[in-house]
Amino acid sequence: MSMNKREHIKPRDDDFAVRRQRLARLSDEELRSRFWSLTTEIVRPLIDLAYGHTTPSIERSVLLRMGFSSIEAKEMVSRIVAVGLLGKGAGHVVLKISASRGISSIREAGLELLRGISDEELSALFAEKGGDG
Amino acid sequence: MTLRKEEKLDIHEILKDLENYRPRRRGWQWRAPYTGDSEGLNAFPYREIAALLKQSIPLPAAERSFGGIDPQPDCVITTEIASGRFEDDIRRMRMAAWHGADHMMVIRTAGQSHFDGLIEGSPEGVGGVPITRKQLRATRKALDLIEDEVGRPLNFHSYVSGVAGPEIAVLFAEEGIAGAHQDPQYNVLYRNINMVRSFVDAAVAKTIMNAAEILQIDGAHNANATARKAWMVMPELLVQHAINTCFSEMVGMPRERIALSTVPPTSPPLPALTMDLPYAVAVRELFYDCKMRAQMNTRYIESDIREATVAHVLNLLISRLTSADIQSTITPDEGRNLPWHQNNIAAVCTAKQALTGMDGLLEMVQLRMDGPLGTRKREIIERAVLFLEEINDAGGYFEAVAQGHFVDSGEFPARNGDGIARDPEGGISAGSVVPRDDEYLAPVCHHFGYNNLPVSEGSPCSPIGGCTFCNPDKIVYIDELDPEDNVEQRLAKVESEAGADAIRPEVIWQGDGVVTIGLMLPTAEEPAFYAALEIAARMGLKDPEVIHKGVLHPAEGSYLEVKGTLDLAIREDELVIPEKAEVITADEVRADILAQPLRVVAATIGEDEHSVGLREIIDIKHGGLEKYGVDCVYLGTSISVEKMIDAAIETEADAILISTIITHAGVHRMGMSRLDQLAREKGIRERIILVGGGTQITNDIAKACGIDAGFGRGTTGLDVAGFLVRRRREIKSD
Repeated sequence: MSMNKREHIKPRDDDFAVRRQRLARLSDEELRSRFWSLTTEIVRPLIDLAYGHTTPSIERSVLLRMGFSSIEAKEMVSRIVAVGLLGKGAGHVVLKISASRGISSIREAGLELLRGISDEELSALFAEKGGDG
Repeated sequence: MTLRKEEKLDIHEILKDLENYRPRRRGWQWRAPYTGDSEGLNAFPYREIAALLKQSIPLPAAERSFGGIDPQPDCVITTEIASGRFEDDIRRMRMAAWHGADHMMVIRTAGQSHFDGLIEGSPEGVGGVPITRKQLRATRKALDLIEDEVGRPLNFHSYVSGVAGPEIAVLFAEEGIAGAHQDPQYNVLYRNINMVRSFVDAAVAKTIMNAAEILQIDGAHNANATARKAWMVMPELLVQHAINTCFSEMVGMPRERIALSTVPPTSPPLPALTMDLPYAVAVRELFYDCKMRAQMNTRYIESDIREATVAHVLNLLISRLTSADIQSTITPDEGRNLPWHQNNIAAVCTAKQALTGMDGLLEMVQLRMDGPLGTRKREIIERAVLFLEEINDAGGYFEAVAQGHFVDSGEFPARNGDGIARDPEGGISAGSVVPRDDEYLAPVCHHFGYNNLPVSEGSPCSPIGGCTFCNPDKIVYIDELDPEDNVEQRLAKVESEAGADAIRPEVIWQGDGVVTIGLMLPTAEEPAFYAALEIAARMGLKDPEVIHKGVLHPAEGSYLEVKGTLDLAIREDELVIPEKAEVITADEVRADILAQPLRVVAATIGEDEHSVGLREIIDIKHGGLEKYGVDCVYLGTSISVEKMIDAAIETEADAILISTIITHAGVHRMGMSRLDQLAREKGIRERIILVGGGTQITNDIAKACGIDAGFGRGTTGLDVAGFLVRRRREIKSD
């Protein structure tokens, strides 16, 4: 997948008349349905990719919805990325802190991320088996 | 707080208590259908109009000739605003709403799409505003007031693109934004944001937008704004529309919430309709169940306002020949500067005027699909299908982008090898995407993707006692972060410089002082250019700049427009404004004349053959004096003042109306003075009313010449009849 193996598409003349041969016999309706089935084929892997992945912006959007400010969310997610827990979900990390430290306020639990909770404690949140989660 | 039409909107009031402001509704609003409640409109065969506004400013001809009707086209009309200061945007939105805009699209500041997070406060932007919670709240709060004032819901719109798409989508959902651009392809192709990041973010952003009923507009039209030959990318435009539409649909967005941004790709002198119409038909055939956001062309407009307007009217013709759910407008000055206030209004009026003018077109004409239109439409779709096949052959979307399949200036399958190529592992924020673990959890509503929520709980946000979508009180409002770069500081500066109520020219920002002068200079383009700058400088304009030049003839003349800054403020209390004549109603005038007949003699005087204006004032068919029962003795054109006095004596007329268009060497003043003088010599001055009219006549000029009244441009028969009735009463009471 690196750029140097990939070649930029080369200039070429318009060979529409040749290429269209296999489309020529299709009715307008059939052409339309081919248009959409090809599109679906292209888009499906993109949806699958999105379904199983997350990003810092997505996790900040979760924290915003949980009642953190944009400034808090930014710092919290940086912290979570740094300890490699983004794949657990930022909101999940906050819930874990709430449970492990016994802080019932979700806001207060989340803000612990900005108040010096250690990397070790954060990593340990997900190492325990049989805990809340 | 309600707005009064005679008062300016108080931005200080808007800024109060924003931390507690909540939007009054969510989601997009279409125009309500016309309810048939207007006598003025029902006299005409409209087919494609929406409900009327409570208060509005009609087209100029409506005021002049059609009883002030203001029919509203059936589609939503967009205005795009990019001033960089939201406090100035708001005033422009109010002006635009009064002319019929109901989709307020705010352009973002340059660089916001690369800002990794939300911006807070109200910093000044470049070529648009920084979109922040404060800016959105203040604007939405003002729009609430403005929509109450005009009586139609106003849609507020901005962009969910860049590297912070999901966060911006949350912000928009929370703050009642109605419409937004969202298309990951835009990030990839034009902003060089990593493609994996863009698509992963887009799925979450779109899901949130959908939950908030935000209408989505895609970004495909940027291909014809970018490609060297915009008309060559038509097959690709269909492909780009399809990819974003299909992706949106797969995350759960219904097609009625997906609007395609479609622009006629060409402009005259090309045979624009022949080239653009097949594409317009193809888009609507393939995406018949989506909404059409018809945008005007920006690619080929430059500094000529007239040229831009004609191109845009042709775009509007295509909208009427096909369909448009939203008609967006491009200001006619966009090719030369950031849009100015008056040009947003001009663009909205161009749309309103052309769309009402073409109302019902498709009931009379039909598109012929059995000729070149149908053939070319089919060809564009076939080329698009071949394009899609090649994306799959290349190994999918990311590979195709990496190989430069997109925005190539050859019409597919022709390739010029100049497409935009992006590395799937490169671009801004590359490497920031991580897989979701099996135990990934996001305890919030409307979250796309894998989510290992506890099965027993109620809504997804139960574990946190409700998310901001369910409980807006949880939203954290940040007022300002920068003590200097904010709206309060800007307002304080503008208001202290000249006083809050000083009148200064402006085009974008309050008190910017920018003025434009139009100059026809009888010389070639180059000397005209430098002469124009010199003239502007000698007029006292600072930083003069030629913003338009056009050759009238290589040697005989050039037309130029020069802008500059005029450092000048006028206080309203130093102005001498003549008192307005008392208002008298049409019924009152008619009753008065019915009770006591009124006769006038009328003519154009001297060597003046311009009778159109005078006929407008007297003829019954133009709503002139005859309509109010005035007996009009029309003597003709180029009549001597002596003859008019004689005729008035002979017919026992109550008034003499003279019309004079020619003003060369002051003949209009001489004619009016002579009329007064001769009436005195004949001994009738005390009982006769003398009235002068013409395009260059004002009441002050006429009175200075000794006659009773003067009427200029824009006068109606009722104005004159009302004056005659009033003046006759005064003469009687003397």
